Amino acid sequence: MIYARRAWIVLWKDLLSERRSKETLNALFFFALLLLFLFQFALGADRERLVAALPGLLWLGFILSGLVGLGRAFLAERENDCWEGLLLAPGDKSAIYLGKVAGNLLLMLLVAAILLVLFAVFFNLDLGAHLLPLAPVIGLGTIGFAAVGTLFGAMTAHVRARELLFPVLLLPVQVPVLLGAVKATEAVLLGEPLAAVGHWLGLLAAADVIYLTAGILTFDAVLEA
Amino acid sequence: MSLQRGLGWLAVAGLAAGIVMALGVAPREATQGNVQRIMYVHVPAILVAYLAFAVVLVASVIYLWRRVDGADRLAHASAEVGVVFTGINIATGSIWGKPTWGTWWTWDARLTSVCIMFVIYLGYLLLRAMIEDRERAARFAAVLGIVAALDIPLVHFSVSWWRTLHQPSTLLRPGRAPMDPTFVVALTINLVAFALLYAYFLARRARLLKREQEVLA
Repeated sequence: MIYARRAWIVLWKDLLSERRSKETLNALFFFALLLLFLFQFALGADRERLVAALPGLLWLGFILSGLVGLGRAFLAERENDCWEGLLLAPGDKSAIYLGKVAGNLLLMLLVAAILLVLFAVFFNLDLGAHLLPLAPVIGLGTIGFAAVGTLFGAMTAHVRARELLFPVLLLPVQVPVLLGAVKATEAVLLGEPLAAVGHWLGLLAAADVIYLTAGILTFDAVLEA
Repeated sequence: MSLQRGLGWLAVAGLAAGIVMALGVAPREATQGNVQRIMYVHVPAILVAYLAFAVVLVASVIYLWRRVDGADRLAHASAEVGVVFTGINIATGSIWGKPTWGTWWTWDARLTSVCIMFVIYLGYLLLRAMIEDRERAARFAAVLGIVAALDIPLVHFSVSWWRTLHQPSTLLRPGRAPMDPTFVVALTINLVAFALLYAYFLARRARLLKREQEVLA
């Protein structure tokens, strides 16, 4: 109970500071918009090609926005010298990790929602028909991404070449999540039932459990001064 | 000291025996011809690399649990040797693939997952190189060493569902290996030789890291 409350406090702090500054979300919104322009210019106006590439593009958008967003996960603590504050927090440090993961998860889901709406408008993606089966795919994929991203974000917060190292560490580790999410999204957009990609959803769920467990167990070691 | 040297000479002897077996004693493969002989390097290299990354995992867990510097040095050394052996595996695979498949590289499942593993552990070495504080580098690398090892099976399954072309594993198959026993003997001798070489490199590299730390301390 107290554990959940501590995680909640970390989440609440991040949400509050984001609500008052809005800097991350605003920046990510424009970033997502620019990505769409990039995709459009790269692929040209060929409808067929766009439709075929859509699942991949969608997740490329999530991942790239996630790299920008998650890399900032512990920036506030580092820049405002609040790292000691996290260290001095009583009790199990993994509560801090879970709070941070929850915050990053919400941020990523918001970005996913923005991207989906933009895709619907610009690339004529029929959201209404696909939203329900897409929800578990996006949810499972984003949890895994946020779980590892938060852990690595805490690690690279102290490294000189943070902006370089974070994606270099995160992207290869996230290959299973990316493949599973893209394949499942592909099937959903083709109108197949979720049962057809049950094995992919299972893999995503397994990945989420493994990543979260690893994060909970090792976060203490990352946080030490 | 002399123990390490003995290990080194053992590895040399093993490699010499392996070369004799692979190039001399083992018969020429019927369909592929002499190019198949590269397998005597290709297969042991990746098996030993897997062993090396398993050692990284165990040493990382021990370091986080006990905080003994020796475990950290072992993980560091093992990751380096594992990356080298993975590199050898990818390079020899390319050389074999050009005449056999007609291409240096293809995005087949086994190739892709080994390539991803290679990149993950390159990142591991990069993380170590980029952190000045030794104790912090050890902690972060241990965390990454654990996450990376847990990720390998996920990578393997996801990529093999994604696509496949590589022939199934010849040795790790249930039942009898479907080949001339001489092939198996040659491969086994090379595998032992590579394992000895790994142990020798690991011991030397770990000792070098220890000396470095003593000088800097």
